[in-house]
Amino acid sequence: MASVKLKAKALEGGLVEVKALMTHPMETGLRKDSAGELVPAHYITEVVVTANDKEVLKTNWGGSVSKNPYLAFNYKGAVGDKVKLTWKDNKDATDSAELTVE
Amino acid sequence: MKKLLLPGLLMSSLALTAVYAAEEPNADAYREMTYGDRDANPALLVVDRGEELFKEKRGPKNVSMEECDFGLGKGVVKGVYAELPRYFQDTDRVQDLESRMITCMTTIQGFDEAELKKKTYANEKSNEDNTDLEAIAVYIASQSDGMKINPPTAHPKEQEIIKVGEALFYHRTGPLDFSCASCHGADKKRIRLQNLGNFSKAGHDAQKAIGGWPTYRVSHAAVRTMQHRIWDCEGQMRLPDTEYGAPLSVALIAYLTAQAKDGAYVLPGMSR
Repeated sequence: MASVKLKAKALEGGLVEVKALMTHPMETGLRKDSAGELVPAHYITEVVVTANDKEVLKTNWGGSVSKNPYLAFNYKGAVGDKVKLTWKDNKDATDSAELTVE
Repeated sequence: MKKLLLPGLLMSSLALTAVYAAEEPNADAYREMTYGDRDANPALLVVDRGEELFKEKRGPKNVSMEECDFGLGKGVVKGVYAELPRYFQDTDRVQDLESRMITCMTTIQGFDEAELKKKTYANEKSNEDNTDLEAIAVYIASQSDGMKINPPTAHPKEQEIIKVGEALFYHRTGPLDFSCASCHGADKKRIRLQNLGNFSKAGHDAQKAIGGWPTYRVSHAAVRTMQHRIWDCEGQMRLPDTEYGAPLSVALIAYLTAQAKDGAYVLPGMSR
């Protein structure tokens, strides 16, 4: 299953609204399991969004971001833009989603 | 001057307290700010997973749940949740969504019932992801988004179970001598800032609760279904674990859904 649910739509005034949900456990590394052992940290460290291969947003995340995070922002763009979101986590796993703005 | 100031300050802070206490705590504005955007609901990710599980050929018999009848005919999911719980001829009893899922998964897909019920809910304390049962339930329920809460009541067994659910709602039991009505039987009750719906009367409160469930519980980081809601309430009443899809929980759900009739489903929901 794709781990990213991506939406984008053109707004008035030359803006594009991007909304994304990402499936991720976002373990802080501070939680203990039932045996009292620390659960290793496992969280998204970087999210990059490009429009027509040009970077429009880059974030550095850590363990304080919630499980299954939600990200929403606007950028200057237009209908037809190819929007791509890619996340990377601290275990070097990655996933992405892309769409064309309608 | 200093002597005068202190009582003055005390007085004004007391007056402020009184003003705030007199106001109805309203979490709706907070909710609108935090969960107002329906696209922000992580339950949507679980709905997608549920859809895949629903359509996948699974179980010892290797068939998909599209072979199941949830009340509106084989394979129909659109609008079925809006008309549940209902009487099913093949099982000769009234079933809610989740007990019906168990029927389907055992008879049609060939799963073992005891095996299915071993792990029904994700444990939020272990940061677990939703179970398959929770994911399938929220997928099916979400196909009734925007529809009217409309459980059928024509069959005698449907009328009977609503009466049984009502009796259970008022039945005091357990070590704390609690009934559902102890918390949910009067207007404007709350625990801390959490408003408690009054489900002893039909209408608004029941419609809001039933209409927004299954919901993504932000504090659990997981989707919670009606079976979980009842199981959790029974647990808070210090009662033994309620079995998934047990007649007791189905009866309570039937009663609550009847109280919520004509409300609207906004699914999947999102709450604290």
